[in-house]
Amino acid sequence: MKKRIVLHFPRRLVDKPIVYKLVKEFNLEFNILKAEVNPKEEGVLVLEIEGKDSDYKKGLDYLSSVGVKIQPLSEDVIMDRDKCVDCGVCVPLCPTSALKRNEHTLQIEFIQDKCIACGICIKACPYQAMNISL
Amino acid sequence: MRSISEINQKIKEGKALVVTKDELLSLIEEKGYKNTFKEVDVVTTATFGPMCSSGIYFNVGHSQPKIKLGGGKVTLEGVPCYTGLSAVDLFLGAAALPEDDPRNRVYPGNFGFGGGHVIEKLVRGDDLLLLASAYGTDCYPRKELKTLINIKDLNEVVLFNIRNCYQNYNVAVNLSDKPIYTYMGVLKPNLGNANFCSAGYYSPLLCDPHYKTIGIGTKIFLGGGVGFVAFWGTQHNPCVERTEKGVPKRPAGTLALIGDLKGMNSQYLRGTSMIGYGVTLSVGVGVPIPILDEEIFENVCVKDEEIFAPVVDYSYDYPQGTGKILGEVSYKQLRSGVIQVQDEEVNCGCLSSLRKAKDIAGILKDWISQGRFFLTEKVENLPGCESGYRFKPLKERLK
Repeated sequence: MKKRIVLHFPRRLVDKPIVYKLVKEFNLEFNILKAEVNPKEEGVLVLEIEGKDSDYKKGLDYLSSVGVKIQPLSEDVIMDRDKCVDCGVCVPLCPTSALKRNEHTLQIEFIQDKCIACGICIKACPYQAMNISL
Repeated sequence: MRSISEINQKIKEGKALVVTKDELLSLIEEKGYKNTFKEVDVVTTATFGPMCSSGIYFNVGHSQPKIKLGGGKVTLEGVPCYTGLSAVDLFLGAAALPEDDPRNRVYPGNFGFGGGHVIEKLVRGDDLLLLASAYGTDCYPRKELKTLINIKDLNEVVLFNIRNCYQNYNVAVNLSDKPIYTYMGVLKPNLGNANFCSAGYYSPLLCDPHYKTIGIGTKIFLGGGVGFVAFWGTQHNPCVERTEKGVPKRPAGTLALIGDLKGMNSQYLRGTSMIGYGVTLSVGVGVPIPILDEEIFENVCVKDEEIFAPVVDYSYDYPQGTGKILGEVSYKQLRSGVIQVQDEEVNCGCLSSLRKAKDIAGILKDWISQGRFFLTEKVENLPGCESGYRFKPLKERLK
């Protein structure tokens, strides 16, 4: 299985080595999609994790046990097709190529699996077609 | 050689061959250039993109007792209208903002609602809140007005774009090390992206670069309804550098457009928010080009690889007005999604919707083919590239 999650590291954990244990002890592969330390000095890490279901569960239990807050990232950002005019101004802004033009239909397609909910398209869309689902 | 009246006769008889720009290019591939020229009567071109120099003027009718809004204060859905007109005529600009909008005080401002959005709601048929205060006169004694208005109850309500259909435009990039927020969209630092805004080979004035058929009086598709070219647009600048075939390589001609808002559709008039910049209105325009002679035909066949746009740095050169360009790229390169700027590959975004432009060209084609839309002879030419007409900068002075 492959899943995307957002990890929030409280200030006291920001400089501790934690994530490597997912590989070392839980046999999980991960890809860092986004990493930042926000102004409140909390760390935010967006990961794509791949491995066995049982290992995934153990790995996440470990992260929780040391104080990392876990937020699933699945259907946060949505595209309102009625509002989208297919201009494509969002395409080069998306850091993970979750927005791309279909060259046949000329429509902009939103590939939710690739989205890391960074929010840049929400701010940049002139037609307010990209939103966070509540 | 054909005349517009001959084409109109064919439209009346249902015999005119009307094609969209894409269909024209396919026909040439299939039947050859000469045969296509002989057969095609009209080519439909179109564009859909943000254009701030848009607005509506409207007449709300007289209340009882009467009020003189001229010289008073009026807001529509909280957005201020211009009242320097007669008693109940108002103008609402697409870029107008509610007085309490924080603008860029919280940078970059959201600009989620303004004149363009009010126009979209009005066209959609929503009831809108009008608030007014006036100074009162003997003939117009009332001083306050609070009412809902609806497009169907207004007298005249007219879309007036004082500039649209820009014949070519800049490709915007950011050479600085900070993100910038412009009317050309969000530009990431260090050449992070490049934004352009033209329908390229579908764009009306790029298909008629010398304004042979498009002129004052030309009947068009405007915002889902019918409109006309009222004049040349503001900042009309025909005398820029052109390619051998006469296609401008810089922002050049513009059109002023006018039409009855009551016949329009909110699909083709969209309120638009540019983060950190402001609000505007995106307008759909379709222009039929009658194939009157071979020169017009040759021009209308223009392809994206024959149209070039200048790349401009919007972190310094554009705001400072240095006139410097970083290079030229073709619309074919822009449409590929990646251009080269200063030896770097830069991903491109577009503000103009080619998908919408193609939809509009298709609708206009249907209107003409079905005999519901006839072509007009222009009543006056637009200033052309030999006219010497130029877009001048402001000379600041106090004497």
